[in-house]
Amino acid sequence: MLNRLHGPLGWTLLFLAGLLFPFVVGNDYHLTVMSTAYLFAIATLGLNLIVGYTGQFNLAHAGFMAIGAYTVGILTVDHGFSYWLSFVLAGAVTVAVGLPLGWVSLRLKGHYFSIFTLCVGYIIYLVIEKWEDLTHGPVGIIGIPAPEPIGDFGFETPRAQYYLMFFFLVLGVWAMRRIVNSLLGRTFMAIRNGDDLAEALGINLMRNKLLAFLISVLYAGWAGALYAGFVRFLGPDIAGVHHTFDMTMYMLIGGLGTLIGPLFGSLSVPWITQYLQFLQEYRFVIFGPILILLVIYLPHGVVGTWLGWRARRAAQVSAAAKPE
Amino acid sequence: MAPASTTLESVLNVEIFLQQVLNGLTLGGIYSLVALGLTLVYGILHVPNFAHGAFYMVGAFIAYTLMTRWEVNYWLAMLGAAAVVAVLAAAAERLVFHPLRHETGLHPMIAAIGLLLFLEAGVQVIWGPDFLRMPTPYTGIFDIGGITAPAQRLLIIASAFALMLALHLFLTRTVMGSTIIAMAQNREGASLVGIDANRVAMLTFAVSGVLAAFAATLYAPINLVYPAMGHLVITKAFVIIILGGMGSVPGAILGGLIIGFAEAFGAFYVSDHYKDIIAFAALVVILSFRPQGIFKGGH
Amino acid sequence: MLKIEHLTKKFGGNTAVNNVSTTVEEGKINAIIGPNGAGKTTFFNLISGVHRPTSGTITYDGRDITSLRTDAVARLGVARTFQATTLFDNASVLDNLIVGHRLRTRSGLLDVLVGSSRLREEERICREKARNALDFVGLSHLENRLAGDISQEERKRVAFALALATEPRLVLLDEPAGGVNPEETVGLAELIRKMVRNGLTVCLIEHKMDMIMSLADKILVLSYGEKIAEGTPAEVKANPAVIDAYLGSDHADI
Repeated sequence: MLNRLHGPLGWTLLFLAGLLFPFVVGNDYHLTVMSTAYLFAIATLGLNLIVGYTGQFNLAHAGFMAIGAYTVGILTVDHGFSYWLSFVLAGAVTVAVGLPLGWVSLRLKGHYFSIFTLCVGYIIYLVIEKWEDLTHGPVGIIGIPAPEPIGDFGFETPRAQYYLMFFFLVLGVWAMRRIVNSLLGRTFMAIRNGDDLAEALGINLMRNKLLAFLISVLYAGWAGALYAGFVRFLGPDIAGVHHTFDMTMYMLIGGLGTLIGPLFGSLSVPWITQYLQFLQEYRFVIFGPILILLVIYLPHGVVGTWLGWRARRAAQVSAAAKPE
Repeated sequence: MAPASTTLESVLNVEIFLQQVLNGLTLGGIYSLVALGLTLVYGILHVPNFAHGAFYMVGAFIAYTLMTRWEVNYWLAMLGAAAVVAVLAAAAERLVFHPLRHETGLHPMIAAIGLLLFLEAGVQVIWGPDFLRMPTPYTGIFDIGGITAPAQRLLIIASAFALMLALHLFLTRTVMGSTIIAMAQNREGASLVGIDANRVAMLTFAVSGVLAAFAATLYAPINLVYPAMGHLVITKAFVIIILGGMGSVPGAILGGLIIGFAEAFGAFYVSDHYKDIIAFAALVVILSFRPQGIFKGGH
Repeated sequence: MLKIEHLTKKFGGNTAVNNVSTTVEEGKINAIIGPNGAGKTTFFNLISGVHRPTSGTITYDGRDITSLRTDAVARLGVARTFQATTLFDNASVLDNLIVGHRLRTRSGLLDVLVGSSRLREEERICREKARNALDFVGLSHLENRLAGDISQEERKRVAFALALATEPRLVLLDEPAGGVNPEETVGLAELIRKMVRNGLTVCLIEHKMDMIMSLADKILVLSYGEKIAEGTPAEVKANPAVIDAYLGSDHADI
């Protein structure tokens, strides 16, 4: 019954739900909430690749999102570039920054990598805040243009913007699904299981970790670029590590190392915080302990635990069916 | 602090140089205290406690409340803060880190982050997000041979080193302290001799909390008290323990002083604007060449 | 096949492997034994490229592999198992094995995004090799079982299968019978013989003496990082230095 929701049927249903969403909800406010959720979902998908699938906890992820966002902001507002050109360049810049950083940091193992990336994230935040000539400093960048129309499609209305974000989310999910289910995804998972064993299987650690890292920061950079064109103003705050923590929470609630998990987390948690408005500023009074409890009792997250239970059931059924 | 001056005269000025030495000792003392707590916890439990900055921050808030609401003396407020944070830290060990003691990898780190976020949000609920000013009884300024030496800074330096000495004596001369050292050196051997690993874990966390609370209360009068005050300090503390060797007490002290001096001198002679980046840039540079840190983690 | 000359490894002040020279004979079962702390696993680590030797050379098929990285050594056909096998417990046994053949494939990110025929073909091959390896170790019936649900002995066999999926010519087994009862040990020994019958060369570290004595063609004995004896099981058993090393240490199992 629920089993058949996995695979193409389930994804198709989700896709349809996303398509129909604007017709079901009443107002623009909800569209905006969902669009923002989609943005962070894209970034979270990227984070999930390096954290959940490759096992390296990158705490600088929000910094890369900021790099993408600020590239768009600086190029459009200060230099008159078109949005879409800036969007493409945002991806390039993020990967260009990610390459040396990744190369240096991925030689570090475990905790050192996380602490190092925490510092890198801080450096990115501080640079954005202090380098006023480039980034406008604490004042931020305002008046970022919306994406130019492509053909007949304009992106000025909330509904159009919603579909734009939805389109990129679908694209992001599609690509990630391809990667994760392929030999490449298996390579990443082997690395997560243990560097030593992966290397003994002939896997080039540095090359593969770097690839996962670059894909993940590309997702972050483009999510940031979309954010810039959507919210239309930027401050250094977007590089703040609390965004990385938010995304970590989405992944954990959904389930690290699954595809649906981070999606589930990043699409449901913002809604929960919306409805519990009073929680906005203080949401971590509740979410902090939830995070701790999850990590202790439900380390595979909601989706992960369910998937594990399902796989176990399938294995048991298969074992019972075959005579030993 | 005076902005970076480009005249050769100011660079060669001995008094200005000594002024920065004073600043370096001040910063270094604070950073060392914070790093010490962090390194003790890492050395024993192999947990990078991302919530350590929250212990620091709670310490400052408790001291602030004691001083402003109940008009408690500065030093007593410091002791009170230390006591509260010690209990908080021990509770954190029991509830958060103990269940995860067999896990390596992401989960203990994520749990620490959850704790950090919870404490910060909790403090914000109770005290609000604003920047608070901690009143200090030591507002005097001494003039030592041309150097401006605010009393609070001298106090920080003296207290920090006194605390480090006290910690050293505690670890080497008391029974409780020696259990910590024993666990750090040989976990299995220690439990064979009957040392209760659980007790030591809680004790270590409590000690780290005490150090953080003292550091925060010492530093707060020349800074401000606010929920995010632990962020920069704790990230720098991580830099320090990686440079000094995770789990190494001398490394934490030495590393703290190095970073403190680097920041003080960097702020004046290079750029006050970017001084916070110094510690992180140092880490990036050093780990790029030596992924294992400068000193091996030792005890 | 594998020639080791004057291999030495120092970690700071500690010499883990000291001037060891030996050869691993092709098509034979070579064993390395020695009391705890003799440097056996370090020896394996040096061969497979985990550590770089302080001095000495390792030659594989006439080619100097001394300073090669682990994944390069694996690609040359040297596979290796570890004392502890980490599997992805939440996936099926077969799923765990598919990545074993990855090193022989060439598909990259572009292939993945485009869904190229090369990728499809390579994934098919990897799955096939995984099945073959699983069948070789006699665990085809566990194909769909969750890796977390199999026994210790089955885990050891799956580790063998993973090594076999890399299509090696030399297999280094680190304590293949660790944590396994005597009956299962005999089964694993038979599996090792089967591997050799099928053209592989095996080099193993073990503590179980009866297994080694009946299985090995050639034994190298290490103690405190040094070679103290080498030869056939009969020769080694009678060697006074060996007896001394074992009786003089806290090792049992003879």
